[in-house]
Amino acid sequence: MVCDSCRERDAVVHLTQVVEGAVTQVHLCETCAADKGVETTVAAPKTPLTSLLQTVQQQLTTSATDQARCSFCQASYKDFRASGRLGCARCYSTFEAQLRDLLQRVHGATRHLGRQYGSPAPEQLQRASTVLELREQLRRAIELEQFEQAARLRDQLKEVAE
Amino acid sequence: MIDFSLLPDGGTRWLDGSGEHAEVVLSTRVRLARNVEGFAFTSRARDGERLRVLGQLRDAMPKVESLKGGVILRVDELATPDRQLLHERHLVSRELAGLDGTLAVRTGAALVLADEVSVMVNEEDHLRLQAMRSGFDPLGAFGAATALDDELGRFVPYAWHGEFGFLTACPTNTGTGLRVSVLIHLPGLVLTKEISKVLAGLQQMGLTYRGLYGEGSEVVGNYFQISNQTTLGKSEVELLDQLSRVVRHVVEREEEARHVLLRDAGYIIEDKLWRAYGTLRYARSLTFDEAMNYLSGVRLALSLKLLSSPSVYTLNKLLIHCQAAHVAQYDGRATLSDGDASVARARFVRDALAADVGSHG
Ligand SMILES: [Zn+2]
Ligand SMILES: [Zn+2]
Repeated sequence: MVCDSCRERDAVVHLTQVVEGAVTQVHLCETCAADKGVETTVAAPKTPLTSLLQTVQQQLTTSATDQARCSFCQASYKDFRASGRLGCARCYSTFEAQLRDLLQRVHGATRHLGRQYGSPAPEQLQRASTVLELREQLRRAIELEQFEQAARLRDQLKEVAE
Repeated sequence: MIDFSLLPDGGTRWLDGSGEHAEVVLSTRVRLARNVEGFAFTSRARDGERLRVLGQLRDAMPKVESLKGGVILRVDELATPDRQLLHERHLVSRELAGLDGTLAVRTGAALVLADEVSVMVNEEDHLRLQAMRSGFDPLGAFGAATALDDELGRFVPYAWHGEFGFLTACPTNTGTGLRVSVLIHLPGLVLTKEISKVLAGLQQMGLTYRGLYGEGSEVVGNYFQISNQTTLGKSEVELLDQLSRVVRHVVEREEEARHVLLRDAGYIIEDKLWRAYGTLRYARSLTFDEAMNYLSGVRLALSLKLLSSPSVYTLNKLLIHCQAAHVAQYDGRATLSDGDASVARARFVRDALAADVGSHG
């Protein structure tokens, strides 16, 4: 039997492959089998950015939509077409129609179905950080056995927490 | 030079060789892309904006349980060899390290490294929350990343859209911002030439793959990174489930292929793998690709029980330490010529394997 790879030498290695239920045999000579060795011949696929840029280029846009600029970061859709990156969160509103179309092409969907997020209100942010700072100071005061200071901090914490 | 002993576990606990399917899956990584409301995305932000993003994270750190005891590394203040070292440890991306072509390192580029999680600051997105686990553990890694996400989102306001979800600089990450990837070793499928079919199948299942060393890099040493391709229109749990099902299938195919190899090409495979081990033990010069390919052989030999040492942990460490910046650091120099690097690499590998000799059949 001749080697399936070089078609010159005698096959001595017989590999069984099971492809979708069908069993096939591959016959290799010693040299070819050794050559297959631990070397890889698999090429890497296109990078995500390359394929995104290709998808963006396929979008039909008018020069007017390409020229419009985001009011926050001043980026245009043309900038995005060149770099594959948006300038800021507001770009998603500025270029909403084009992006919805793009998201559909890239993900096959436009609606997020994962975890929800509630942005912390500014007062909450402020209060949360005050509470944590007071707690940290309280912990330190107790460690240092400054009990008067600790009592004062505990009162302050109660006030803020209410 | 950067002192990795100051970092939790030198930043490589995820390589300890533990976890499910560790004989095929080296590690699992979950990352969540987040941006801070009110600032332009990183590549369009001014230096001052990026520094304020970093400031927000620094202020939040003491209040966030997942980041307790963590350290901040200002990547933008490190010399090039140190940034290279961090990249080789898979702690920072090529982009964050300023190693991506002509793009220099950005002002405000930083890495926050804690026990279970890390955060790349001012990468493509303001925040890239990451969790790495040894072996196959998507749920464990996701749990750690999500715990950090929940806490951090209370102190740092994220860019969010009612319909599109979490907003990211690149629309390929919009929605969940979730990328889960497994680092997987598939020598059996490569040797039996089934790999192309398996990889083509991955793409039909909404997954993508690349080589070990980052985006677009070649596949060396039979190491592949498999990850989800889409991030929008499915919940995080669905995305994890889909990837897990496919990866388990790939692991089964790989195990079958290894079995077939040993049964049908026993002595050739055995000889090949022992030669790989012998070369690593005694060679006086090793290029990076050679080292990776022989290490792949030794890893396969371990899983086939043809060898009983070195440990998987030693092999994992060698994956890191065979790279250019680590070899140069070992040799005590900032950079090495290719020839000098090959000689130093061979010495490092010999020493590591000699220190980890068991009883060989
Ligand atoms: Zn042949
Ligand atoms: Zn914008």
